[in-house]
Amino acid sequence: MKEIYLDNNATTKVDEAVFEEMRPYFTELYGNPSSMHFFGGQVQKKVDEARNRVASLLGAQPEEIIFTACGTESDNSAIRSALEVFPEKRHIVTSRVEHPAVLTLCRNLSKRGCRITELNVDSAGRLDLGELARALDDDTAIVSLMYANNETGVVFPIEEIGAMVKAKGALFHTDAVQAVGKIPLNMATSTIDMLSLSGHKLHAPKGIGALYLRKGVPFRPFLVGGHQERSRRAGTEATSSIIALGKACEQAALHMEEENTRVLAQRDRLERELLTLIPHARINGGGAERLPNTLSIAFEFVEGEAILLLLSEHGICASSGSACTSGSLEPSHVLRAMGVPFTCAHGSIRFSLSRFTTDAEIDTVIRELPPIIRRLREISPFGREMLVK
Amino acid sequence: MWDYTDKVKEHFLNPRNVGEIENADAVGEVGSLACGDALKLFIKLDDNKERIVDAKFQTFGCGSAIASSSALTEMIKGKTLDEALDVTNKEIADFLGGLPEEKMHCSVMGQEALEVAIAKYRGGPVPSHDHGHDHEQEGEIVCKCFGLTDGFLRKVIASNKLHTAEQVTHFTKAGGACGGCIPKIKELIAEVLGEQAKDEPRKPGKLTNLRKMQLIQETLEKEIRPLLWADGGDLELVDIAGANVQIAFRKACAGCVSSGYTAKFVEQKLKDLVSDDITVEEVEG
Repeated sequence: MKEIYLDNNATTKVDEAVFEEMRPYFTELYGNPSSMHFFGGQVQKKVDEARNRVASLLGAQPEEIIFTACGTESDNSAIRSALEVFPEKRHIVTSRVEHPAVLTLCRNLSKRGCRITELNVDSAGRLDLGELARALDDDTAIVSLMYANNETGVVFPIEEIGAMVKAKGALFHTDAVQAVGKIPLNMATSTIDMLSLSGHKLHAPKGIGALYLRKGVPFRPFLVGGHQERSRRAGTEATSSIIALGKACEQAALHMEEENTRVLAQRDRLERELLTLIPHARINGGGAERLPNTLSIAFEFVEGEAILLLLSEHGICASSGSACTSGSLEPSHVLRAMGVPFTCAHGSIRFSLSRFTTDAEIDTVIRELPPIIRRLREISPFGREMLVK
Repeated sequence: MWDYTDKVKEHFLNPRNVGEIENADAVGEVGSLACGDALKLFIKLDDNKERIVDAKFQTFGCGSAIASSSALTEMIKGKTLDEALDVTNKEIADFLGGLPEEKMHCSVMGQEALEVAIAKYRGGPVPSHDHGHDHEQEGEIVCKCFGLTDGFLRKVIASNKLHTAEQVTHFTKAGGACGGCIPKIKELIAEVLGEQAKDEPRKPGKLTNLRKMQLIQETLEKEIRPLLWADGGDLELVDIAGANVQIAFRKACAGCVSSGYTAKFVEQKLKDLVSDDITVEEVEG
């Protein structure tokens, strides 16, 4: 069965051009870029080129790019660095809807003497900037807020936030793992101090990420050892993956407009059709600015894992905010923070498209999903109550 | 992705006995929309009101909840009410070729619904785990989020031989939401295991020095270090001199203000699991 892959916020297909670019750096050009000989030197040139490409997508300087192993490492590095740079400051501001890479770290730090403010969001997933203003104080070392939410696609007003944070003298970090390649960024005019990105969310392989670090922002490395990445991230460079990330960023720049036109139109059509065909459905984050590729839709009175398993029978790959898919018993912390009622939170499905998504694939979902929801509602003891309403 | 057996998938994709029974003799309802799963079970008895001639269900829940409901209705058909009451959650899971441990609560839900249905039919007190609904409760509520009582949890702990709070969560959901009752669940496990342990002492008898050293190392590796890792800490075994165990704390434990408390905890754990005469000393290592 050919997969219909609509789970691109989880991970993406490696672009063929990206794979071709990285391929020679395993068995042929395997040199260590730090070596003195020509064999390592030629790899160093490709690593430099990759750094330029990543910087170019972000509107940054090449020296501002630090390669890491993943988005999680970038997030951890940024937040831990801020605490070391400002040993007298022990306050961190973040939000209730952050990725676990930030949220779990902050909750762990709260057990080690840090004070954490987790900002709330409204029912559409938006921040209250007034709450942010009240939270900031002289003790605030860093504010870490995501650019776009992985579950709902809701985009935070990052530049406005950055300006507020700067005025208070704290550092501003954003986890932009879902935004890079979908939202045009320009660090040259931005208020962001540090930004995390992840390769496998933009058609590069898993196991490579980057941290943008604004020139002049003080930094303490998370990994120490060798002098790689200007001593800001020790460890031999993952050359093939770095080269792949560079190529993926180049490709992302080329396809940025397509993400915001063709992919957006596919998402909007899927959303419109499902809302028309399926009663008692609602969009999570519908009232907010969202990523062009993400649709989080809740179906009342059915459970998400059951929907996913039946979709999977048709080759359709999506994900769910349901508790049952993760092994935890609480539905998604993001949906709970938005106050999505339990009746909907358990039945929330996320479709996340990419530039490889076809119209025919969207047609298949529009055809197959309504009978799946109907069938599960027939099995559900609440289905009848719902029909009476 | 969950590793569901073919039988679970088959019962999920083609569930048996979906629907309602008009004029059912017994109806049992457990769970709620808030819990994320719910089961309504309908039972029809024969004319002598002895044997179950038909059973149907309606389930809101994940794949394994639907499969467990389907399995339950198949299993109880033809049984007397007393025979049906003997069906355990483990038998439901076994019928399906097993369930992932995180999904065992789905099989427990089936057993609960059956107990509720039969109790209501017989007019006795309704078992307490009719969470989300206001029925007469037996015992003291331990998990407020899911409305589970000590009596119910004791039973599941004992019959499934559970020994960690995490397992209790997987089997019953207790402690899976706010987590406030986890200390109480640990107490219940200790009580239930304590009762079982009367027959089978966990602590070995007299040990040779070599065996004692091996056991100390094993206990540190399997029982103690994983707990420290969970909080970002660690320890290293520096030396064992007779019954004196010397350890050095690492990572988050090193220099942690409560490391003295942690050392006491390690000592108690070794006393409990290896030998009463063990002392633990924190050294520079």
